[in-house]
Amino acid sequence: MTSLFDKFLPLEKTRAELVAGSGVDPFHVVVERVVSATEAMINGRKVIMAGTNNYLGLTFDPECIDAACTAIREEGTGTTGSRMANGSYAAHVALENELAAFYNCPAAIVFSTGYIANLAILSTLAGPEDVILLDADCHASIYDGTRLGSAQVIRFQHNNPADLEKRLKRLGDRAGNTLVVVEGIYSMLGDRAPLREIADVKNRFGASLLVDEAHSLGVLGEHGRGLAEALDVEDEVDFITGTFSKSLGSIGGYCVSHLPELEYVRYAMRPYIFTASSSPSLIASTRKALEILHHSSALRKKLWDNATQLYQGLAATGFELGPEISPVIAVRLPASVGETTALWNELLSQGIYVNLVLPPATPGGKPLLRCSLSAAHSQTQINAILDAFALIRDKLQSYA
Amino acid sequence: MQSKEDILDQLYELVRPFSKQPIELGAETGLINEMGLDSVKVMELMTQIEDHFDISIPLNILPRVETLGDFAEQLQQLLQDS
Repeated sequence: MTSLFDKFLPLEKTRAELVAGSGVDPFHVVVERVVSATEAMINGRKVIMAGTNNYLGLTFDPECIDAACTAIREEGTGTTGSRMANGSYAAHVALENELAAFYNCPAAIVFSTGYIANLAILSTLAGPEDVILLDADCHASIYDGTRLGSAQVIRFQHNNPADLEKRLKRLGDRAGNTLVVVEGIYSMLGDRAPLREIADVKNRFGASLLVDEAHSLGVLGEHGRGLAEALDVEDEVDFITGTFSKSLGSIGGYCVSHLPELEYVRYAMRPYIFTASSSPSLIASTRKALEILHHSSALRKKLWDNATQLYQGLAATGFELGPEISPVIAVRLPASVGETTALWNELLSQGIYVNLVLPPATPGGKPLLRCSLSAAHSQTQINAILDAFALIRDKLQSYA
Repeated sequence: MQSKEDILDQLYELVRPFSKQPIELGAETGLINEMGLDSVKVMELMTQIEDHFDISIPLNILPRVETLGDFAEQLQQLLQDS
């Protein structure tokens, strides 16, 4: 007699092999105690966290913490309701207004997570008569949103405007009903979309464009609005989605648009309607973080100084990296899954936590170690990360 | 309109270089089970097939494709609709 669990046996076997080889389950790391925005206790020792998405280090900003504490005391621990029922507080609406103002847009919708924002928008905005054309390296939340919806979904080659153009041309009249989806900074390799060229292509075919600025909010642009701002193409981007769980240091998601008709979609989105709204403390800390992000270019500069230093240091050590300097630095290893996992463990034993990313989640199908920097990382910490990678370079050479 | 058999013959030529070991290709050949293609290889194969037939293959049809025969049927429909 088969069991519902039989289909998970190969996955469990793979996971068990990974853990048996290393002793630590890389996908079940437990942060025993958070020490700061950049340090935590893991397996009883203090570790530098070089694999979070805490780009501006705002999780420990005193004003964000105060705002969250005040909100808990005044409004309670949770709304216990959906945005459509009892879960829309004045602060939720205020945050939507503040996001709209930040982006100079008439319309903004706040969701409970960034994943839900993409699930909601992509499953609803494009319907059975429409087409979604997404960059092949898009995040799982984008793929999942398209799967939940009813539009025809076509992939185009990563960062390839010529391939996008070829596919739009094949669509003929349907190009006008097509939503092109790209990201500002891609989460695995840290590379940016060629957004000017992509916007130009979509304009020529009359399509619409959505940019997920999850990793680029607070990171790119003079005011931190992301890649569209940095490349001065904000007027040509129809929808922006993003998250509160990276530069803003909390949890939640949003969509903004220069098209006021975005508001029509609010009550058609099941992932918006059928889930509890964000707690008052999250909304409060997010509002404060957005204010800080908007007005502090110093944090962005520090982040980029740190990223440049780590990227150049790792390159000088001889590692193959992602294609450009970015707060997300992918270290691509000519090693097997088992060897890369062992190297990840070695880094952890040296006091450095990075993300271990395995195929099929990785571009190109090879395992990688993903580092992610924060403005809160100190010079001493950057040096420690570089020293640890220098040690594993020697181990890597022994595998060859 | 191309017949399913014509499309299958073209598929065999496109798919053959992707197979891990030489196997006899037929309409019942499974892409994952028999040819041993992982998701990265499937993507590469799809790109080649798309360029060859000058069509875009929607991701929505992939759950319906297990064998080369299934693939040929879907391609035939896409070519008819394009």
